[in-house]
Amino acid sequence: MILTLAFRNLFHDRIRLVVTLVGILFSIVLVAVQLGLYLGSSRMITANIDHTQADLWITTFGAKSFEDGGMLLKPGERHQALATPGVDKVVPLVVSFAEWRKPSGGSTRVVVVGTDPEDEGLVPWALKHGTWAEVKSPDGVAIDKSYFRDLDVTGIGDTAQVAAGRIRVKALTEGVRSFTQSPYVYTTLARARHLLAQKSDATSFYLVKLKPGADIEHVRADLKSRLESAEVLTQKEFRDRSLRTWLFKTGAGVALIGGALLGLLVGTVIVAQTLYSSTKDHLNEFATLRALGSSSGYIHKVILGQAGLSAVIGYALGMIIALGVVFASRDTPLPLVMTPWLAVVLFAVTVFMCAISAMSAIMKVTKIDPAMVFNR
Amino acid sequence: MTGEAVLEAIDVVKELGSGAGKITALKGVSLALMPGELTLLMGPSGSGKTTLLSILGCIMTPTSGMIRVTGHDTEGLPAEKLAAIRREHIGFIFQSYNLFPTLSALENVRIALDVRGDKGFKAAARAEECLREVGLGHRLKNHPANLSGGEQQRVAVARAIATSPSVILADEPTAALDTENGQQVMALLSRIAKEQNRSVLVVTHDPRTLPFADRTVYIEDGQIVRETRRPEGLDAPEITDLSKRRKAHG
Ligand SMILES: Nc1ncnc2c1ncn2[C@@H]1O[C@H](COP(=O)(O)OP(=O)(O)OP(=O)(O)O)[C@@H](O)[C@H]1O
Ligand SMILES: [Mg+2]
Repeated sequence: MILTLAFRNLFHDRIRLVVTLVGILFSIVLVAVQLGLYLGSSRMITANIDHTQADLWITTFGAKSFEDGGMLLKPGERHQALATPGVDKVVPLVVSFAEWRKPSGGSTRVVVVGTDPEDEGLVPWALKHGTWAEVKSPDGVAIDKSYFRDLDVTGIGDTAQVAAGRIRVKALTEGVRSFTQSPYVYTTLARARHLLAQKSDATSFYLVKLKPGADIEHVRADLKSRLESAEVLTQKEFRDRSLRTWLFKTGAGVALIGGALLGLLVGTVIVAQTLYSSTKDHLNEFATLRALGSSSGYIHKVILGQAGLSAVIGYALGMIIALGVVFASRDTPLPLVMTPWLAVVLFAVTVFMCAISAMSAIMKVTKIDPAMVFNR
Repeated sequence: MTGEAVLEAIDVVKELGSGAGKITALKGVSLALMPGELTLLMGPSGSGKTTLLSILGCIMTPTSGMIRVTGHDTEGLPAEKLAAIRREHIGFIFQSYNLFPTLSALENVRIALDVRGDKGFKAAARAEECLREVGLGHRLKNHPANLSGGEQQRVAVARAIATSPSVILADEPTAALDTENGQQVMALLSRIAKEQNRSVLVVTHDPRTLPFADRTVYIEDGQIVRETRRPEGLDAPEITDLSKRRKAHG
């Protein structure tokens, strides 16, 4: 009967129900978009790091992100690292901003990533057209399909000028987007150095792989003491540092999370307001319930039932819209991400929001005087 | 009189309002309700009838004096305990019915059982039984808006008896009804008192209810001034069994 009563109270006033649902919907969609953007941005920022198989990263001192490695590491560091007990492999990785000169004139910034996948450092992923073997052929690079317009190319076989050299698009990835809006250009280690006019052994990062059974903290301490001008980070530390740099130092993350909180606040206020006015309208019924001897818990459950039902309906509708927005954003520079985990979080957030909203209504009925059931 | 008092007020004083508006609505009222009896409480407007009824029903607490429900003192009990006493022992009927507009007749009766934790099929069956008893077996699914005033009040009676309370307290149950419907409801209450050996207290202005009373208590200005009892051997008016009458009429 509690749910029946909650349901009837809810559907009794359709306009109020619509307002409630719009409030929840607004919140859910806003929170979903903000968190979806946050997740989407995080994924973009860490995608390259997540696709490398390194136990430790050797970076130049103070490198703030994947794009911020410079080209300052030298073979000396590599030899010292290799001489450290517990170290199995040290794989160089080149990452640097460069200028991409469009065939039709004009230029744009790109991030050149030089890697030799055979070394099992960074293995380019999402190669949908063409192969890495083709990238290895003269002038070969791989770019993402979604950047054709920015790079002024139309497909495999097109050529352009990158920094000091000529390149030819030999392979295409899909869905590899860049948070900095400078497209990634993948090529071999040697060609990257050549394009960037660097010495044949200059490097941005060394990816360190440990021997089986080696203690990561131990090796790290050892490496640190040997490499004076470099930093040694675990993969997770470097990942977190990149995220912090792009999301929080730039304020983007704060804006996203702030937006989500604002959505929650507005939703909570709307739902609290409608629940409160609904409770006020049904006050006589709640007083009757109390006169009939219901516990106050019973009455609270009716109100929480109303809040819960609103949450479930509002969530369902909100998710439909949010998924629509996610779908619509898939080919934009910043696609939203929806994960099962995020869906669960959103549901928890909705229920929490509605429960908080129920507080003012519950406070109202707690003060109810059952004597009001009599005509005086 | 049959047996022990099921509900008893002993020297009850009730002050209402505060400051300059403070009045003493009840000035030392003692009253005992016996099972199997229909008691009328009559008195002029503002004499304290509703106040006494709410105190007897443990909805309000007396400023001083005592209320005993089935022999147990209720003094100092917290609100939740008083609610428990109400749902276990007392049935209420109100002048304006106080039915839930969004619930059907059946659901309106079920909710009184539900607050006691009686749920499911058995509760539904009990609610239906009570509605048949008040002659509304054919109106189970109707919402209050689709019932006449008399029918609504009979749903309220069904709700009051569903939990088999020892006492039924009714505040002006016939005030909003026409003569015929008023008589029907009074006959019903009188029958409930007799057949189910409950104690029924009816607050009323309406002299047409007098013939149904086993006992009439008069209250004036917060004090009981007089009490009359139906002479032995004189019965309440012929009670129409509504459920049978319904059937007879098809
Ligand atoms: N909340 C209140 N605060 C102050 N005074 C009150 C309050 N409720 C009732 N009273 C007063 O207490 C007295 C008794 O009221 P009560 O409602 O018990 O009368 P009643 O006999 O039921 O009258 P009626 O026949 O009009 O229903 C009245 O004088 C009334 O004005
Ligand atoms: Mg009154």
